[in-house]
Amino acid sequence: MKAAMKKAYLWLIFIFLYAPILVLVLFSFNTSKSRASWEGFSLKWYIELFQDRAIMTALGNTVLIAVVSALAAAVVGTIAAIGIYNLKGWRKNFIINVTYLPILNPDIVTGISMMILFIALSFPRGLASLIIAHITFGLPYVVISVLPKLAQLDPQIFDAALDLGATPREAYTKVILPQVLPGVFTGFLLAFTMSVDDFVVSFFVTGNGVENLAISIYSMARRGINPKINAVLTLLFAAVVAMMYLIQRRLRKSTADI
Amino acid sequence: MKRNWSLYPYILWMVVFTIVPILMVLYYSLVEAGGGFSLTLSHYARVFEPLYLSVIWRSILLALVSTVICLLLGYPVAMILASSPAKQQFSLIVLFVVPMWMNFLARTYAWMSLLETNGIINTFLGFFGIEPLSMLYTSGAVVLGMVYNYLPFMVFPIFTVLRKLDPSLLEAAEDLGANPLKTFMKVIFPLSLPGVLSGITMVFMPAVTTFVISQLLGGGQFTLIGNLIQQQYLRTYDWGFGSSLSIILMIIILLSMGLISRSNTNEEGGIL
Repeated sequence: MKAAMKKAYLWLIFIFLYAPILVLVLFSFNTSKSRASWEGFSLKWYIELFQDRAIMTALGNTVLIAVVSALAAAVVGTIAAIGIYNLKGWRKNFIINVTYLPILNPDIVTGISMMILFIALSFPRGLASLIIAHITFGLPYVVISVLPKLAQLDPQIFDAALDLGATPREAYTKVILPQVLPGVFTGFLLAFTMSVDDFVVSFFVTGNGVENLAISIYSMARRGINPKINAVLTLLFAAVVAMMYLIQRRLRKSTADI
Repeated sequence: MKRNWSLYPYILWMVVFTIVPILMVLYYSLVEAGGGFSLTLSHYARVFEPLYLSVIWRSILLALVSTVICLLLGYPVAMILASSPAKQQFSLIVLFVVPMWMNFLARTYAWMSLLETNGIINTFLGFFGIEPLSMLYTSGAVVLGMVYNYLPFMVFPIFTVLRKLDPSLLEAAEDLGANPLKTFMKVIFPLSLPGVLSGITMVFMPAVTTFVISQLLGGGQFTLIGNLIQQQYLRTYDWGFGSSLSIILMIIILLSMGLISRSNTNEEGGIL
C-alpha cells in the first residue's frame, strides 16, 4: 500500500514534468495553428521551419556558439586548472573563489555587466561578443570539473615521467592530460549545455540583429502562437536526448572496461 | 611542477570579462548620469522609493513561495529516489533529468499554451462544462513557472545527502522505539539539512533574479527586480538606476548565500 502511494506520487511528479514537453512536441505535428485543439497529423510546420531563414540562422548560431565557446573553455579551463592545482595557500583559495563568481553571479548581472563592457570598448556586438560571453560563463564549469581529477592524481606521477626522460611538455600531454581527460570532457559537456540553454546573458550581449535560438523563441513567444517554434524545439530536444544517450553508452562502456 | 604561466590567460580572461564588468556596474551605480565623474548616492536612494521597494518585496516573496513549494514537493521525491533499488534508481534519475534538456525558454513557453484562456487545460475543463479560468498572467502562473523550472535543483542535493545516509541509523532509531514520524523528524531530516540548504539556495537564487518567467507567464503585470533592471538598460536607458538595482540584487544573493553557508558548516551537501 505504502509502496503504491510512493509510486503514484512519483508518477504525478513525472506527469507534471513531462506534460508541457509532450504537449509542445505533439502540437508541432498539428495540422492547424491552434495550440489547444488537435486537428490531425502533419509535417507542414517542419517543412515551413526549414524554409524559415531566420530560425535556421538562429539554430546555426546556437550550435556554432556552443561548439566554439565550449572548446575554447575546455582548453583554457584545463590549462588554468593545472595552474590552480600547482598553487598553494591563499592564492589558490582566492583564484578558486573568483572562479565561482560567474556561477554565483545572477545571470542578468553577468549579462548587463558584459553589455556595458562591450559598449564601453565599442566592441561590435554580435557573434563575437556572444562567443566571448559564453566562454566566460563556461570556463568555471571546466575548471571545477578538472580540478578534482587533478587532485586524484598521484603527486609523484609528474616527477616520475620526468625521471623516465619525458620533457615537461610531454609529461603534461602524455601523462597528466590522459588521466584528467574525463574531467575535461565533463566540463566541455557542461559548458556546451549551458551555452545551448542560455538566454539571459545572450539577450543582453547580442546586437546587430544576431540571434541565437533562445532569443528567437523569446521574441516569437511574445508575439504569440507559432507552431514552427514547437517544431524547432522538438528537433533540438531530440538531438540533445540522442547526444546524451550516445555519451551515456560510451561512458558505460568505458567504465565496464575497468 | 612550477608552471604558473599556465594561469595567465585565465587570470587575464577573468579580470577583463568578469571583474572589470562588475566594477563598471558599481561605477555606473555611483556616478551622476550624463557622463560626469561626480559621485552620488541618488540612484540607490531611488531604490528605496515605495514603488521600487514593492517590486523588490514581490520578487523575494514569489521566490520564497516557489522555494517552499519546491521543498514540499521535492523532499518526498528525493526520499523515494534514495530508497529505491539501485537498478531502478538510475533510470528514475534519468527520467528526472531529461526534461531539463529541453531549452529553459521552451519549458516556460510550453506552459503558456497549457494555461492560456483558449489553452489545453481550459479546453479540457470545457468538456465538463467548466467555464474557462484565467490562469495565464497571474502570480500563480509565475510561481508555477518557477517551481516547474527549478524543482530538480531542490531534488538532487537532497537526494545526494539521503543516499549517503547510513541505513543502520534508521534501524537503530526503530530499535530504540521511534515511530516513522519521529525517525524522520529526529534522524532523517536533521541529517539531510545540508542538502536541503543547498537546494534552497539553488532554487531561490535563479527565482529571485528571473525576468523571463515573469515576462512570459506574468505578462508584464508582475514586475520583478529582473524586469526592472532589464527595463532600465534596454528601454529607459537609465544605467545608473539599473546598475544600483543590479548591485542590490548581488547583495541579496551574497547575503542569502552567506546566511546559508554559515548554517551549513557540514560541507557534505555541496553546492554542485
